Amino acid sequence: MEHEKDHIIPYRTFLYVLAGLIVLTLISVTVTKIHLGTLTVFIALLIAAVKSTFVLRIFMHLKFENRMFTIMVIAVILLIGVVIFITLLDYLYR
Amino acid sequence: MEEHRDDLASKTGMWLFLFTEMLLFGGLFVVYSVYRYINADAFHLAAQELSVPVGTINTIILLISSATIAMSVTAIRKNNKKLSLLLLGFTILLGLVFLGNKYFEWGHHIKENIYPGSPVLASRGQGDVLFYGLYYFMTGLHALHIIIGLVFIGFIARLIIKDRIVSDNYVLLENSGLYWHLVDLIWIFLFPLFYLIT
Repeated sequence: MEHEKDHIIPYRTFLYVLAGLIVLTLISVTVTKIHLGTLTVFIALLIAAVKSTFVLRIFMHLKFENRMFTIMVIAVILLIGVVIFITLLDYLYR
Repeated sequence: MEEHRDDLASKTGMWLFLFTEMLLFGGLFVVYSVYRYINADAFHLAAQELSVPVGTINTIILLISSATIAMSVTAIRKNNKKLSLLLLGFTILLGLVFLGNKYFEWGHHIKENIYPGSPVLASRGQGDVLFYGLYYFMTGLHALHIIIGLVFIGFIARLIIKDRIVSDNYVLLENSGLYWHLVDLIWIFLFPLFYLIT
């Protein structure tokens, strides 16, 4: 149990992250009200990706965990991304 | 008595389970992308009927609940049993409020005869049928995860009361937190894809 004595995340870290996540949510809602066409989808997903990174690294503790977990999470996300990409390629160029 | 446990293995098991959950929802996101690509206009119009304020409030509710369960871990590690339980109670309360909002949201659509298999929805064309089919299925599956998460957290709270989860043995609390954060993570993508991209 090598991580028995890893540091305790202070309460205020979670509160800062929470505030950041709420601000990002509100930005995302405001930005999508402006009509930017396909860019809207891109921005909304980009903000969602930034929010997920905060949730994964701080709330889900990945930043302080064994590297193995981060590598596995990235692998799963890449897998889903690749499947979506290949499926869309098929539909776009059929 | 010497205690035998492996917290790292316990957490690894939880993560492996979470990966299957990510792939489950990932598959649904593939279906969403394709149908949205084929029926871009219908998805665009149908999404405008969803209430952005309700979706935003529910997003914020889930984000707060994620922060409270994360702080609950900090509390138990600082030996503050009472605060840890209080934060878990708050998390459960927020989860119930989320479900309540969902109930009224679905109720509103059903009252307008927009539900899977409804003749009114069928008459609006294939794009709308697919959009609402995915909407009900994905938010429904997500709500099911919220319910399971609430039961899980309730069970963990019981273990804290019984002093089975304490400041040097809290991996189960962490695992329930991981599950709850994953449910939050999925909502972070469901919210823009159904409510915002109009």
